[in-house]
Amino acid sequence: MALDMIVGSGVDGAPAEIETDALIIGAGPVGLFAVFELGLVDIKAHVIDILDKPGGQCAELYPEKPIYDIPAHPTITGQALTDRLLEQARPFEPTFHFGQRVESLKKVDGGFEVETDLGTRFRAKVVVVAAGGGSFTPKRPPLAGIEGFEGASVFYAVRKIDAFRDKAVLIVGGGDSALDWTLNLQPIAKSVTLIHRRDEFRAAPDSVNKLRELLSDGSVRFIQGQLTKLNGDSGALRSVTIRGPVGGLDLEYEVEAERLLPFFGLTMKLGPIANWGLNLNENQIAVDTARFETSEPGIFAIGDINTYPGKLKLILSGFHEAALMAQAAQKIVYPGKRSVFQYTTSSSSLQRKLGVI
Amino acid sequence: MIKVTFIEHNGTVHTVDGEPGQTLMETAVKHAVPGIVAECGGACSCATCHVYVDDTWKEKTGAPSEMEEDMLDFAFDVRASSRLSCQIRLKPELDGLVVRIPEFQN
Ligand SMILES: Cc1cc2nc3c(=O)[nH]c(=O)nc-3n(C[C@H](O)[C@H](O)[C@H](O)COP(=O)(O)OP(=O)(O)OC[C@H]3O[C@@H](n4cnc5c(N)ncnc54)[C@H](O)[C@@H]3O)c2cc1C
Ligand code: FES
Repeated sequence: MALDMIVGSGVDGAPAEIETDALIIGAGPVGLFAVFELGLVDIKAHVIDILDKPGGQCAELYPEKPIYDIPAHPTITGQALTDRLLEQARPFEPTFHFGQRVESLKKVDGGFEVETDLGTRFRAKVVVVAAGGGSFTPKRPPLAGIEGFEGASVFYAVRKIDAFRDKAVLIVGGGDSALDWTLNLQPIAKSVTLIHRRDEFRAAPDSVNKLRELLSDGSVRFIQGQLTKLNGDSGALRSVTIRGPVGGLDLEYEVEAERLLPFFGLTMKLGPIANWGLNLNENQIAVDTARFETSEPGIFAIGDINTYPGKLKLILSGFHEAALMAQAAQKIVYPGKRSVFQYTTSSSSLQRKLGVI
Repeated sequence: MIKVTFIEHNGTVHTVDGEPGQTLMETAVKHAVPGIVAECGGACSCATCHVYVDDTWKEKTGAPSEMEEDMLDFAFDVRASSRLSCQIRLKPELDGLVVRIPEFQN
């Protein structure tokens, strides 16, 4: 896989404002193919995704599952499709910014200004929203009053490690995130307790081994059970109520907790896109079908995020949308340039761009 | 036809006709049974089609696969009778099946 072209979170060492022809929001299959189509018309792209990897739904929700309706691939898994799209985009050297959510999108002179939650800023001539079903966001367990504790005692990711220093930390879940944070917070927290519904973990074997070591020497406590209630006031968590097996009985009891990290997987939420002043139709961005442009000229929307009469939320439809979008984007990035229709099979100019001749 | 009954958390009963080969989740969605969200469309990757299988039916529906157990980790209020309804395929022996829908799909 073309991992060498993937750049990390982009905070350290990144310039104050990154200038680019095109900024693609979302590194799902459609965003990745947009890199290719834009590349063919000489438009360079930066790509942002809140996930820590490319592939969107294909990589996050069904990497191992076969897809049967990608043209010319009778069967291909979500991860294999992602890997091939990356390979196809590779000649155009996209820059990826992972682990960041685009918060704001504003029109400025000569283009758009975009800012992420990590403060990375971009100035782009065109913006391509390929945001699928929205940002992948951690699931909130349906516990009464949990909203009131969020940001003060309940967190879904560790952004500032100091918030956990010398605290009684409770981590819920049995996957990689839960185990990674159990291992990472154990040295600095007052105590770390891992709660999971069963004594089995679907995480990297290495993490499971490390966890077992910490459990056997008593530096981490494991409780088999499930959360039923949060106890505390004004955002300050005091304890949680757990239900689980204790000596053969199913009991409910309280466990001290000042910080709670629940890991129940991810779900897609529209997120900040709703605030960008674009015409929305039931959480989808309305576009025309000649350019796949939104109500704001220069901002395009392709893939699952858009809507138009006859829209099908299929990967192949997103690919078509990317091709037409790129033609329209070219007219904005290179005004006055005559566009010539060419085939990749026969055009020496396209083949040079692809690096095959 | 295979009759299946879904009981909502509030007690509302939905008895609907399913077809052999269809999953229990698909049957619920086709009949718009509330409380089966099925965000991922049956790919065993969302855990929002969680149900409790009545004890009398547990043997016939079988045990969850390892993949399903892993995904159940993401469900809320998981019990010994918990299953993901997209992983239960209807067959003639399941005629009369009764399942309960949890209060929340996480
Ligand atoms: C289980 C399952 C099976 C499927 N099977 C098929 C199939 O067989 N055939 C088919 O054609 N389709 C299938 N699909 C649908 C297909 O996966 C989608 O159509 C496709 O992923 C859409 O691609 P996309 O690039 O538009 O969006 P996504 O894949 O949804 O990617 C969008 C990305 O944008 C990111 N994002 C959104 N907002 C922001 C923001 N503000 N800041 C940063 N990042 C953001 C998201 O985190 C996400 O990674 C299936 C879907 C599922 C769930
Ligand atoms: S529908 Fe998503 S896991 Fe069953």
